[in-house]
Amino acid sequence: MVKINGECFDVAGKSLAECIAAMNYDPRLVAVERNGDIVPKSQYSEVILMDGDGVEIVSFVGGG
Amino acid sequence: MWEVVNVIPAKDEMIKALEKRHGKELQNRFSSAVVAVCGLGGLGSNISICLARAGIGKLILVDFDRVDITNLHRQQYKASQIGIYKTEALSENLREIAPYIELEAHTVCVNESNAAQLLKEADIICEAFDKAEAKAMLANTVLETMPEKFLVAASGMAGMGSANSIKTRKVIKNFYICGDGVSDISDGTALVSSRVMLCAAHQAHTVLRILANEFET
Repeated sequence: MVKINGECFDVAGKSLAECIAAMNYDPRLVAVERNGDIVPKSQYSEVILMDGDGVEIVSFVGGG
Repeated sequence: MWEVVNVIPAKDEMIKALEKRHGKELQNRFSSAVVAVCGLGGLGSNISICLARAGIGKLILVDFDRVDITNLHRQQYKASQIGIYKTEALSENLREIAPYIELEAHTVCVNESNAAQLLKEADIICEAFDKAEAKAMLANTVLETMPEKFLVAASGMAGMGSANSIKTRKVIKNFYICGDGVSDISDGTALVSSRVMLCAAHQAHTVLRILANEFET
Protein backbone atom coordinates (compact mmCIF):
# COMPACT_ATOMS: atom_id res chain seq x y z
CA MET A 1 0.00 0.00 0.00
CA VAL A 2 1.10 3.54 -0.73
CA LYS A 3 -0.26 6.44 1.31
CA ILE A 4 -1.10 9.36 -0.98
CA ASN A 5 -2.47 12.54 0.59
CA GLY A 6 -3.39 10.57 3.70
CA GLU A 7 -5.27 7.76 1.92
CA CYS A 8 -4.00 4.24 1.14
CA PHE A 9 -3.85 3.12 -2.50
CA ASP A 10 -2.79 -0.18 -4.03
CA VAL A 11 -0.32 1.40 -6.47
CA ALA A 12 3.05 -0.15 -5.49
CA GLY A 13 5.05 -0.72 -8.69
CA LYS A 14 3.42 2.16 -10.54
CA SER A 15 5.30 5.31 -11.44
CA LEU A 16 4.58 8.62 -9.78
CA ALA A 17 3.61 10.06 -13.19
CA GLU A 18 1.01 7.30 -13.64
CA CYS A 19 -0.49 8.03 -10.23
CA ILE A 20 -0.61 11.77 -10.87
CA ALA A 21 -2.47 11.14 -14.13
CA ALA A 22 -4.78 8.49 -12.64
CA MET A 23 -5.75 10.84 -9.81
CA ASN A 24 -6.54 13.60 -12.34
CA TYR A 25 -3.89 16.03 -11.16
CA ASP A 26 -2.42 18.45 -13.68
CA PRO A 27 1.34 17.77 -13.51
CA ARG A 28 2.08 21.44 -14.28
CA LEU A 29 0.34 22.53 -11.08
CA VAL A 30 1.83 20.13 -8.54
CA ALA A 31 4.76 19.75 -6.17
CA VAL A 32 5.28 16.24 -4.82
CA GLU A 33 7.07 14.90 -1.76
CA ARG A 34 7.87 11.27 -1.14
CA ASN A 35 8.96 10.12 2.32
CA GLY A 36 9.88 13.68 3.31
CA ASP A 37 11.85 14.64 0.20
CA ILE A 38 10.73 16.67 -2.77
CA VAL A 39 10.59 14.69 -6.03
CA PRO A 40 12.20 16.63 -8.91
CA LYS A 41 9.69 17.21 -11.69
CA SER A 42 11.98 15.55 -14.24
CA GLN A 43 11.81 12.29 -12.25
CA TYR A 44 8.04 11.76 -12.05
CA SER A 45 8.16 9.01 -14.72
CA GLU A 46 11.21 7.31 -13.24
CA VAL A 47 10.12 7.20 -9.60
CA ILE A 48 8.44 3.85 -8.92
CA LEU A 49 6.28 3.83 -5.81
CA MET A 50 6.99 1.13 -3.23
CA ASP A 51 4.98 -0.51 -0.48
CA GLY A 52 5.00 1.74 2.59
CA ASP A 53 5.84 4.94 0.72
CA GLY A 54 4.20 8.12 1.93
CA VAL A 55 3.44 10.61 -0.83
CA GLU A 56 1.89 14.02 -0.79
CA ILE A 57 0.79 15.70 -3.98
CA VAL A 58 0.29 19.45 -3.43
CA SER A 59 -1.84 20.83 -6.24
CA PHE A 60 -1.82 24.61 -6.42
CA VAL A 61 -4.94 26.63 -7.17
CA GLY A 62 -4.92 30.22 -8.44
CA GLY A 63 -5.42 33.44 -6.50
CA GLY A 64 -3.13 35.75 -4.62
CA MET B 1 -4.17 69.65 21.70
CA TRP B 2 -1.53 67.15 20.72
CA GLU B 3 1.55 68.61 19.17
CA VAL B 4 2.21 66.99 15.78
CA VAL B 5 5.87 66.15 15.31
CA ASN B 6 6.65 64.92 11.82
CA VAL B 7 10.17 63.79 12.52
CA ILE B 8 11.13 60.23 11.65
CA PRO B 9 12.62 58.50 14.70
CA ALA B 10 16.28 57.54 14.67
CA LYS B 11 17.18 53.93 13.84
CA ASP B 12 18.14 53.03 17.41
CA GLU B 13 14.83 54.41 18.71
CA MET B 14 12.92 52.22 16.27
CA ILE B 15 14.96 49.15 17.20
CA LYS B 16 14.36 49.84 20.90
CA ALA B 17 10.62 50.07 20.27
CA LEU B 18 10.68 46.74 18.42
CA GLU B 19 12.71 45.12 21.21
CA LYS B 20 10.14 46.36 23.70
CA ARG B 21 7.44 44.42 21.86
CA HIS B 22 9.36 41.34 20.69
CA GLY B 23 12.18 41.03 23.21
CA LYS B 24 15.83 41.57 22.33
CA GLU B 25 16.65 38.02 21.27
CA LEU B 26 13.68 37.60 18.94
CA GLN B 27 14.22 41.06 17.48
CA ASN B 28 17.85 40.19 16.74
CA ARG B 29 16.66 37.20 14.75
CA PHE B 30 14.13 39.31 12.83
CA SER B 31 16.66 42.10 12.18
CA SER B 32 19.28 39.76 10.78
CA ALA B 33 16.88 37.87 8.47
CA VAL B 34 16.62 38.20 4.70
CA VAL B 35 13.20 37.26 3.32
CA ALA B 36 12.19 37.20 -0.35
CA VAL B 37 8.63 37.92 -1.44
CA CYS B 38 7.85 36.67 -4.96
CA GLY B 39 4.75 38.39 -6.31
CA LEU B 40 3.60 41.70 -4.81
CA GLY B 41 -0.16 41.38 -5.20
CA GLY B 42 -2.76 40.68 -2.54
CA LEU B 43 -0.52 38.18 -0.76
CA GLY B 44 2.90 39.70 -1.32
CA SER B 45 2.07 43.33 -0.52
CA ASN B 46 0.41 42.28 2.75
CA ILE B 47 3.19 39.84 3.69
CA SER B 48 5.80 42.54 3.06
CA ILE B 49 4.02 45.07 5.26
CA CYS B 50 3.68 42.55 8.12
CA LEU B 51 7.36 41.65 7.87
CA ALA B 52 8.54 45.26 7.60
CA ARG B 53 6.51 46.15 10.70
CA ALA B 54 8.09 43.21 12.53
CA GLY B 55 11.52 44.66 11.81
CA ILE B 56 12.83 42.10 9.32
CA GLY B 57 16.28 43.30 8.27
CA LYS B 58 16.04 42.90 4.53
CA LEU B 59 13.30 42.14 2.02
CA ILE B 60 13.89 41.03 -1.56
CA LEU B 61 10.81 42.15 -3.53
CA VAL B 62 10.10 40.60 -6.92
CA ASP B 63 7.28 41.47 -9.33
CA PHE B 64 7.11 42.46 -13.01
CA ASP B 65 3.74 44.23 -12.91
CA ARG B 66 2.40 47.75 -12.38
CA VAL B 67 -0.31 48.86 -9.95
CA ASP B 68 -3.74 48.66 -11.58
CA ILE B 69 -7.05 50.13 -10.45
CA THR B 70 -8.43 46.58 -10.02
CA ASN B 71 -5.67 45.84 -7.47
CA LEU B 72 -6.75 48.45 -4.93
CA HIS B 73 -9.51 46.35 -3.36
CA ARG B 74 -7.00 43.95 -1.78
CA GLN B 75 -3.43 45.07 -2.39
CA GLN B 76 -1.51 47.53 -0.22
CA TYR B 77 -1.22 50.34 -2.78
CA LYS B 78 -2.76 53.78 -3.03
CA ALA B 79 -4.91 55.29 -5.79
CA SER B 80 -2.07 57.74 -6.41
CA GLN B 81 0.22 54.81 -7.26
CA ILE B 82 -1.79 53.44 -10.20
CA GLY B 83 0.48 52.86 -13.18
CA ILE B 84 3.78 52.57 -11.37
CA TYR B 85 5.72 49.34 -10.86
CA LYS B 86 4.65 47.42 -7.76
CA THR B 87 8.29 47.05 -6.74
CA GLU B 88 8.59 50.85 -6.68
CA ALA B 89 5.21 51.54 -5.10
CA LEU B 90 5.65 48.95 -2.36
CA SER B 91 9.21 50.08 -1.61
CA GLU B 92 7.85 53.59 -1.13
CA ASN B 93 5.07 52.38 1.19
CA LEU B 94 7.38 50.11 3.17
CA ARG B 95 9.91 52.92 3.72
CA GLU B 96 7.16 55.11 5.17
CA ILE B 97 6.43 52.37 7.70
CA ALA B 98 9.95 51.11 8.34
CA PRO B 99 12.45 53.72 7.16
CA TYR B 100 15.55 51.67 7.98
CA ILE B 101 14.56 48.38 6.31
CA GLU B 102 16.93 47.21 3.58
CA LEU B 103 15.06 46.61 0.32
CA GLU B 104 16.23 44.93 -2.86
CA ALA B 105 13.62 45.23 -5.62
CA HIS B 106 13.63 43.30 -8.89
CA THR B 107 11.13 44.24 -11.59
CA VAL B 108 11.26 40.93 -13.45
CA CYS B 109 9.24 37.79 -14.04
CA VAL B 110 10.67 34.92 -11.95
CA ASN B 111 11.42 31.73 -13.86
CA GLU B 112 13.46 28.54 -13.48
CA SER B 113 16.58 30.19 -14.88
CA ASN B 114 16.71 33.44 -12.89
CA ALA B 115 15.29 32.24 -9.54
CA ALA B 116 18.59 31.09 -8.02
CA GLN B 117 20.29 34.41 -8.74
CA LEU B 118 17.33 36.54 -7.54
CA LEU B 119 16.82 34.57 -4.34
CA LYS B 120 20.39 33.67 -3.44
CA GLU B 121 20.57 35.88 -0.34
CA ALA B 122 17.18 34.89 1.09
CA ASP B 123 16.84 32.66 4.15
CA ILE B 124 13.11 32.25 3.61
CA ILE B 125 11.13 32.64 0.37
CA CYS B 126 7.42 33.53 0.25
CA GLU B 127 5.57 32.33 -2.84
CA ALA B 128 2.90 34.99 -3.40
CA PHE B 129 1.98 34.63 -7.07
CA ASP B 130 -1.59 34.48 -8.33
CA LYS B 131 -1.38 31.90 -11.15
CA ALA B 132 -1.34 28.25 -10.12
CA GLU B 133 1.30 27.34 -12.69
CA ALA B 134 3.69 30.05 -11.47
CA LYS B 135 3.15 28.90 -7.88
CA ALA B 136 4.07 25.32 -8.76
CA MET B 137 7.06 26.46 -10.83
CA LEU B 138 8.50 28.49 -7.95
CA ALA B 139 7.81 25.74 -5.39
CA ASN B 140 9.55 23.10 -7.49
CA THR B 141 12.48 25.37 -8.39
CA VAL B 142 13.13 26.41 -4.79
CA LEU B 143 12.68 22.94 -3.30
CA GLU B 144 14.75 21.19 -5.99
CA THR B 145 17.62 23.65 -6.32
CA MET B 146 17.73 25.55 -2.98
CA PRO B 147 17.11 22.86 -0.35
CA GLU B 148 18.81 24.93 2.37
CA LYS B 149 16.09 27.61 2.18
CA PHE B 150 12.57 27.63 3.60
CA LEU B 151 9.61 28.06 1.24
CA VAL B 152 6.29 29.45 2.51
CA ALA B 153 3.70 29.10 -0.27
CA ALA B 154 -0.03 29.80 -0.57
CA SER B 155 -2.88 27.98 -2.25
CA GLY B 156 -6.62 28.57 -1.87
CA MET B 157 -7.81 31.94 -0.58
CA ALA B 158 -10.45 32.96 -3.14
CA GLY B 159 -14.15 33.28 -2.33
CA MET B 160 -16.28 34.05 0.68
CA GLY B 161 -15.48 30.86 2.60
CA SER B 162 -14.92 30.95 6.34
CA ALA B 163 -11.86 32.72 7.68
CA ASN B 164 -11.31 29.63 9.82
CA SER B 165 -10.67 27.39 6.83
CA ILE B 166 -7.40 29.19 6.04
CA LYS B 167 -4.65 27.11 7.63
CA THR B 168 -0.87 26.70 7.70
CA ARG B 169 0.49 23.25 7.04
CA LYS B 170 4.02 21.90 7.01
CA VAL B 171 4.48 19.64 3.97
CA ILE B 172 8.14 18.76 4.54
CA LYS B 173 10.78 20.27 6.85
CA ASN B 174 11.42 23.36 4.71
CA PHE B 175 8.09 23.63 2.85
CA TYR B 176 5.00 25.25 4.38
CA ILE B 177 1.72 25.97 2.63
CA CYS B 178 -1.02 28.37 3.74
CA GLY B 179 -4.61 28.62 2.52
CA ASP B 180 -7.62 26.32 2.29
CA GLY B 181 -6.02 24.33 -0.54
CA VAL B 182 -9.09 24.38 -2.78
CA SER B 183 -10.72 27.80 -3.37
CA ASP B 184 -9.59 28.60 -6.91
CA ILE B 185 -9.90 32.01 -8.54
CA SER B 186 -10.39 30.33 -11.91
CA ASP B 187 -13.73 28.92 -10.69
CA GLY B 188 -15.02 32.49 -11.07
CA THR B 189 -15.15 33.04 -7.33
CA ALA B 190 -14.50 36.47 -5.85
CA LEU B 191 -11.19 37.47 -4.37
CA VAL B 192 -11.76 39.60 -1.28
CA SER B 193 -9.21 41.54 0.72
CA SER B 194 -10.04 40.06 4.09
CA ARG B 195 -9.55 36.43 3.03
CA VAL B 196 -6.41 37.19 1.00
CA MET B 197 -5.04 39.13 3.99
CA LEU B 198 -5.74 36.16 6.25
CA CYS B 199 -3.67 33.96 4.01
CA ALA B 200 -0.91 36.59 3.77
CA ALA B 201 -0.93 36.90 7.56
CA HIS B 202 -0.54 33.11 7.82
CA GLN B 203 2.47 33.31 5.52
CA ALA B 204 4.06 36.26 7.34
CA HIS B 205 3.44 34.59 10.70
CA THR B 206 5.01 31.36 9.45
CA VAL B 207 8.11 33.34 8.44
CA LEU B 208 8.34 34.87 11.92
CA ARG B 209 7.78 31.48 13.58
CA ILE B 210 10.54 29.90 11.50
CA LEU B 211 12.87 32.72 12.56
CA ALA B 212 11.82 32.15 16.18
CA ASN B 213 12.62 28.44 15.80
CA GLU B 214 8.98 27.53 16.34
CA PHE B 215 8.08 24.85 13.84
CA GLU B 216 4.76 23.24 12.99
CA THR B 217 4.63 19.51 13.68
